[in-house]
Amino acid sequence: MPASNAPFIRIDGVTKKFGDFTAVDNVSLDISRGELFALLGGSGCGKTTLLRVLAGFETPSVGKVSIDGQDMTGVPPYGRPVNMMFQSYALFPHMTVEANVGYGLKHETMTPAARRDRVKEMLALVQLSPLAGRKPHQLSGGQRQRVALARSLARQPKLLLLDEPLGALDKKLREHTQFEIANIQYKTGITFIVVTHDQEEAMTLASRVAVMDKGVIRQIGSPAEVYEYPNSSFVAGFIGSINMAEAEVREVASGHARIAVRQLAAELTVTMRENFSTGERAIFAVRPEKLAIARTRPDGAANVIPGTVQDFGYFGKDSLYRIKLDNGHILSVNTVNARRLGVGETAVTWEDRVFLTFEPGSAILLKAGT
Amino acid sequence: MTAPAHQGWFDRRGWRDFIIAAPYAWLVAFFLAPFVIVVAMSLARTATQSPPFAYLPQWPYVRLDSYGRLFTDTLYIRSYLVSIRNAAIATGLCLLIGYPMALGMTRVSRSTQRLLLMLVILPFWTSFLLRVYAWIGLMGTNSWFNRAATAIYNALVPADWAITSLHMMNTNFAVVLVMVYSYLPFMILPLYANLEKLDLNLNEAALDLGSRPWQVFKDVTLPLSVPGIIAGGLLVFIPASGELIIPSLVGNAADPMIGRVISDQFSIAQDWPMASAVAVALLVLLVVQTVLYSYFDARARAGAEQAP
Amino acid sequence: MNRRPIFLIGCLAFGFAFFYVPILSMIFFSFNRSRLATVWGGFSLQWYGKLFDNAQILNAAILSLKIALLSATLATVLGTLAGIALARFRRFPGRTLFSGLVTAPLIMPEVITGISSLLLFIMMAQWIGWPGSRGFTTITIAHITFSMTYVTTIVQARLQSMDMSVEEAAMDLGSKPWQVLKDVTLPIISPAILSGWLLAFTISIDDVVITNFTTGPGYTTLPILIWSKVRLGVTPDINALATIIVLVVACGVGLSSYLLGRAERRRERDVQMAIAANA
Repeated sequence: MPASNAPFIRIDGVTKKFGDFTAVDNVSLDISRGELFALLGGSGCGKTTLLRVLAGFETPSVGKVSIDGQDMTGVPPYGRPVNMMFQSYALFPHMTVEANVGYGLKHETMTPAARRDRVKEMLALVQLSPLAGRKPHQLSGGQRQRVALARSLARQPKLLLLDEPLGALDKKLREHTQFEIANIQYKTGITFIVVTHDQEEAMTLASRVAVMDKGVIRQIGSPAEVYEYPNSSFVAGFIGSINMAEAEVREVASGHARIAVRQLAAELTVTMRENFSTGERAIFAVRPEKLAIARTRPDGAANVIPGTVQDFGYFGKDSLYRIKLDNGHILSVNTVNARRLGVGETAVTWEDRVFLTFEPGSAILLKAGT
Repeated sequence: MTAPAHQGWFDRRGWRDFIIAAPYAWLVAFFLAPFVIVVAMSLARTATQSPPFAYLPQWPYVRLDSYGRLFTDTLYIRSYLVSIRNAAIATGLCLLIGYPMALGMTRVSRSTQRLLLMLVILPFWTSFLLRVYAWIGLMGTNSWFNRAATAIYNALVPADWAITSLHMMNTNFAVVLVMVYSYLPFMILPLYANLEKLDLNLNEAALDLGSRPWQVFKDVTLPLSVPGIIAGGLLVFIPASGELIIPSLVGNAADPMIGRVISDQFSIAQDWPMASAVAVALLVLLVVQTVLYSYFDARARAGAEQAP
Repeated sequence: MNRRPIFLIGCLAFGFAFFYVPILSMIFFSFNRSRLATVWGGFSLQWYGKLFDNAQILNAAILSLKIALLSATLATVLGTLAGIALARFRRFPGRTLFSGLVTAPLIMPEVITGISSLLLFIMMAQWIGWPGSRGFTTITIAHITFSMTYVTTIVQARLQSMDMSVEEAAMDLGSKPWQVLKDVTLPIISPAILSGWLLAFTISIDDVVITNFTTGPGYTTLPILIWSKVRLGVTPDINALATIIVLVVACGVGLSSYLLGRAERRRERDVQMAIAANA
């Protein structure tokens, strides 16, 4: 925990309008020193605008930003202890890797020797020392990404902003780089803010995630919190896949609610995280992997939904089923293939009559209209 | 490479021959042949007959006297230098005026860019002669422009230097001014095309890394716009150094540019061999420049294409 | 960056003033009553009246238009062929010379092009007896020669940036070679051909130097006429003629850029609607 009580980064009631369009709408957010924070949202949700406000490329219409207790209002981009890694990397095409990494140091008061050392240190950090003399067009996408990272770290900023850092990489490289970024963040101890539209990227990278929509932060929490306990149907639907249906609360008792879900033609029991009253409209949600699938009706299960396998996809480590209920509604189920099938044993497959079950604590009950 | 697996529509034998031969034959007949005649003419001597030239009656038939005169007669050396100087100053001024304009055009909204682009091109579509003519009107001693310029001049210099009007017409100053006016679009258009393609993220990255706006210009924008500067520079310098109309209309006949010398030698002095020799020498100058440019341009492009 | 680039806007204002003040001044003085073209003597339309009475100017304009239409059209045909040849045939005998011949007219000073064309016509008259006299034909030939290479440059660039696989797709779908040309290639490069034609037309109708060398008695184009008048000094009827030319050109350019802009906006809207329909 930092020594001072004041948060390291404070975004205080920031609104940014472009003409009639409100890109960021009254956002307040505190981020502590050394955090790896992710801003997650679809395109046009305002996450990039918020990042550009932090970098100083946009002036907030209302509100202010302070970094390490210093008000950033009116401070130009070149005066901020903030650096940014651009989505396009924005490497200077006419400069070598070395010159790119050292560019920001030109404006620091340091001896040429110290400058060279810092560039070397940065290139070593991203494992690019042998390519110091190359030009950006002679590098692969992953190498360019690491040059961009080294360049933005060279000035040892208090805050590093990363705009879709993995967006331009292919799937294999992405997983590798993900861990490398987290590793570098840990080594340098610099506060990182990552902007991304990819929920997996946000979940694996960040210690805390803010989900944004239409310029507003919808939920802030750890990746697990946001995934397991979404506070709205928007967040529930945005992160991961989920089955959702309208429900009506029938009965409330000792932290559980008995609900009627017309679309599923079932009465179900779910654990409540918020208070609901009898007769209230609500939204029932359950993630596909929380549903268990069986060909025989399980005894004593709290919640059972019968149906028929309509579609079935085998992915190796897991399988995805689409189960058609008797009233035509479809539910997605994801099962992990933890065990190899024995001789003569067959997996649940097309046209099988199946029963779906789940624990009351695995489902989510959300307020209607969120 | 072996023969391609597929044939394009253009790959039919008869078509292929026609597509190549028709323009090729035309250019050989009406561009290459005249040029060969000019080179041949530069090796002849004048003669009082029609047409007014002749070759030596015996070996080696040709003479190089016309080329010799290029280096001995001060008229030619001087007109060369005047041409290069005027063209260089005009190119420099075009760059000085055109660069900020082109840069400014990239910093306004899309629709304004389209409008400004149209306004840059518009004078180009009106008659070249009329653009020169407009300045003849402005530079005359009793025009409002000359009077205003004179008033400014008189206000700036001590009272006893005061003059009644600026002498602008028939000077090299007038030639440079009108060349800048006429060729400025040729500088702005390639520069704009170049600057407009530059990624604004690069500017933001430089700002983010601590550069002041003028450093961003010096470190990022300027080096990346060198191809545009070279292209614009050539598009101005090449026609300016061989210019005929402008020096004929507003230039000083006693201190002519090379284009006018060629024309006068040909039409007035009727010295066809000399006119041809001067023309060949001017061409050599221009070709060397262009070849150098395409060499460096090709090298730069080849470098850029090494990207994986 | 949010800051308005004041300096750059100032440069733009200065630059456009530099472009347009001389033209506007020229237009202004076309309404001058005085014979002195640069001293204001009251409003008058007399120079326009004189202009329309002048058969010489009208004839010169008609000759210029005829030459420009013919030479631009032939230059476009030849230039397009040369562009196709250079863009699509990687190797053929004399390709280097050919590409040199296509580039050279672009850097050749007009005075040299003019003199060399004149010399050619003189020598041809001596050797084969043609052309007997210089005029319409010789001017047109010279104009075609130096404007066709501009067309080539434009068409070649368009062909090189064009996606070859659409031609292959057409052939794959059973088109015969000439159908590929008609249905795919020509429609795609037609804007380049059109702008090449326009450029060739403009070059021809504006040319003084080359025309001056290749013309003969009785063939005075509009630029040659203006040239001979301007050499004698500033006269208000030239101002009136200039005003008309500027107005015609401005209307033409304005109209075409309006139509182009409208087509582009429609395209953008279609693209947006397609994206919206997809979402």
